Amino acid sequence: MYGRLPIAKMLAATVALTAAISAVMLSINWDGQEASTAAPKIDDLLNVMIVLSAFVFSLVMVMLFYALWKFKAKPGDESDGEPIHGNTRLEIAWTLIPTIIVLFGAGYSWSVLNDIEEPAKNALTVDVFSQQYAWSFGYPGKGNAYVQGELHVPVNRQVQFKMHSQDVIHSFWVPEWRIKKDNVPGITTTATVTPDKVGTYQLICTELCGFGHASMRAKVVVEPPADFRKWVAGLKEKVPAPYMESIRQDTETNPVEPLGAGGA
Amino acid sequence: MVAAIKQPGWIRGLLGAILAAAFGVGLVVVLRDISGLPIWQTEQTGYPHVVVPLITGPLGFLAGFGCFDYWLRWAAGMPTIPEDHSQHGAKSWKDYFHFNTDHKVIGIQYICTTFFFFFVGGLMAMLIRAELAQPGTQIVDAATYNSLFSTHAVLMIFVFVIPVFAGIANYVLPLMIGAPDMAFPRLNALSFWMLPLAGLLFIGSFLAPGGAFDAGWTGYAPLSTGAPLGQSFFNLGVQFAGASSIATALNFLVTIITMRAPGMTFWRMPLLVWANLSTSLLVVAATPFIAGAQFMVLFDRVLGTQFFQFAGGGDVISYQHIFWFYSHPAVYIMMLPGFGIISEVISTHARKPIFGYRLMALALIGIVVLSYSVWAHHMFVAGMFSWLRVPMMITTLLIAVPTGIKIFSWLGTLYFGKIHTYSTAMLFALAFIVTFTIGGISGVMLGMVPIDIHVSDTYFIVAHIHFVLFGGSVFTIFAGIYHWFPKITGRMYDEKLGRVHFWGTLVGTWGTFIPMHWIGMDGMPRRVADYATQFGNWNLLISCCAFFLGACQLVFLYNMVVSWRFGPRAVANPWRANSIEWQVSSPPPIYNFDEIPRVVGGPYEYGVPGARHAIMAGEGAEVAKPEPAVVGQT
Repeated sequence: MYGRLPIAKMLAATVALTAAISAVMLSINWDGQEASTAAPKIDDLLNVMIVLSAFVFSLVMVMLFYALWKFKAKPGDESDGEPIHGNTRLEIAWTLIPTIIVLFGAGYSWSVLNDIEEPAKNALTVDVFSQQYAWSFGYPGKGNAYVQGELHVPVNRQVQFKMHSQDVIHSFWVPEWRIKKDNVPGITTTATVTPDKVGTYQLICTELCGFGHASMRAKVVVEPPADFRKWVAGLKEKVPAPYMESIRQDTETNPVEPLGAGGA
Repeated sequence: MVAAIKQPGWIRGLLGAILAAAFGVGLVVVLRDISGLPIWQTEQTGYPHVVVPLITGPLGFLAGFGCFDYWLRWAAGMPTIPEDHSQHGAKSWKDYFHFNTDHKVIGIQYICTTFFFFFVGGLMAMLIRAELAQPGTQIVDAATYNSLFSTHAVLMIFVFVIPVFAGIANYVLPLMIGAPDMAFPRLNALSFWMLPLAGLLFIGSFLAPGGAFDAGWTGYAPLSTGAPLGQSFFNLGVQFAGASSIATALNFLVTIITMRAPGMTFWRMPLLVWANLSTSLLVVAATPFIAGAQFMVLFDRVLGTQFFQFAGGGDVISYQHIFWFYSHPAVYIMMLPGFGIISEVISTHARKPIFGYRLMALALIGIVVLSYSVWAHHMFVAGMFSWLRVPMMITTLLIAVPTGIKIFSWLGTLYFGKIHTYSTAMLFALAFIVTFTIGGISGVMLGMVPIDIHVSDTYFIVAHIHFVLFGGSVFTIFAGIYHWFPKITGRMYDEKLGRVHFWGTLVGTWGTFIPMHWIGMDGMPRRVADYATQFGNWNLLISCCAFFLGACQLVFLYNMVVSWRFGPRAVANPWRANSIEWQVSSPPPIYNFDEIPRVVGGPYEYGVPGARHAIMAGEGAEVAKPEPAVVGQT
């Protein structure tokens, strides 16, 4: 009975619509500037998903609008449609094909995740302290030098952020890095990022933390290693005692190793 | 006067509420005195003098209102007041304001109450969008803004979307399975009357010192455990909404399992019944988790327990695990009944059997099973054990498969049918397929850990949740309301106004929620009263579309109210549907059926020569007896 449907034409329409939607969607830079090694990988994943999604969306649209065009009841037609109850092969197809697509997506995502969280040997560790409604940073490798409201990191070197919260949950997000992690009271959370573009960015709190949540921001400066060394050497303050205490007390519940490489 | 006090009703209910609240205050005073504490509280967030009456007061109201009369008399060995069935049916609008055990009255009570909260929550959305129309702070300050979006979400989720489905199903489900009522009519009435109390607690929190709860509908600890008094209103409101939801789900389960008409095997149930069976399975097992989580927060606040206080040995992240173990299944609680509605509407208006009926039912069960294993996808950046992310990602993506089956099967149903689009219900059902596909696609993207790390807690999330909850659930609710409006009210609504409402809502939804994806990916976090100026133009556009969307809902309200009062009389079966509720008059007789119908075939046998779904009373002569239910026969 499906022989009566112009399957080839419908598929061609789906492919054409997919191509058109993909062309428009891919021409736009959705996520904004890329400023870390993770960013292009995440954006590539997003772009692949955009094309796959465009295909699924186009398929649904073509199926829907063809049906509406072809099988719309004529005015006054009170008769019923054909008593078709299903088609096992078709039902198997639209169970299996989406399964394959999402499993492909899962595998691809997993590999990207492993990739962007791969720890490097020479990583710089930076402590992130959050408190309603301000950010501050400590550099344990530089004698616990401390600065408020302004994060400096060297370009092209992996940074391991160790995050601590003093009160409620905050979340650390630099959109250009595509990295986000909650700062949770009582535990140390970790995020890994390798900034690869010199520039000034904004650190945004993305977990509701009270009335000052919207204004909880900090400046992020990515600079050449020499400038960074000079800047960090110029820091006068040390990490305050209560913050040092929270570093000691927090439990590490967020191992960086992905599943299989250490796991639980 | 004395008679009025003795009689269950509003006077006794309010009296009960006052007395019970006074008892609550007294209890706190006495206990504090015995414990050697100052009689009036000094703690910053505990407020036991308010929290305890907030528990006892509503219970006192329910007792006074008559919700427990029959059971209390029975339990105390007193003669129960015989069922004179005067509590059945509604003769005037006033009857809807009384304790009533008729499932049809309760269904209408549910629908009207939940739509009241829909409009209150919608007004809050308008205020939110007014504030966000421009960067900076204009209309409300940041703290009030936090209260507004928290209350908006809570009203929409707990006292609109979840219960309105219970209301629609309350009305049509017993009719659909050929039952005279729900299995436990008194429990059904109690379930309903807990709902307005929950809504009042949520809205009443605006009167609390410190303002309404403002930790978001998620109420993450420790922000919620340290929040002002309003948060306790949320903790308690969820208990009443949750208890209502659980009791209703039990009622549906027992009704569906034990009260189907003779011949209605599981494989002959309409998909709306399957959908509510699945939803009820989710509710009874998952809802106790949010009740527990909110009690733990309340205990941390009032009793000084340390469940989520890291300083006292508590675990902050465990709140999120418990919360999402309910709240992820909850999104299916808010979607599966809608799937059922769409199946009914599309099959009826395309004059076609549902394509792949059994797979459709199995897909519902598949979603129920999978939905318990995906909760941590809300926590990919929360700092939980990182190994949990990949398995949760895989289950999350797999849940797209049964959902996809449903989308494709609805599309398959349209083929070789006779599609009628004159009904607004069908328009909403068709548009639902499109908007829900988009919401599903963004859901798959969110399920992928690397993408989620970037867009988590941004406007992308706001866009996704509104596409699946507004473009998804609310579209199905509108489809259901329009579809069964003639059956429920006995009147026809105005299709022209319905069409205006439909197109306005469709354009408004897309205009409001599509751009939110973009600004989210580009760096705008959610739950902020103020934002970077670069997002100003987009937000202005979104706000304009949101106001338009809001205005369109007034067309719906007008259409419903005026049509209910003045619309042309509806015939029994205006859509020429097969299922049993359409075979009785509109509105149905008080006890639904003179004689329980006999089910002799599947519910969607459109176009099958001579096929019948059910044989109603008085027409059994030509059919000797119901066909035996054979396993494997659709």
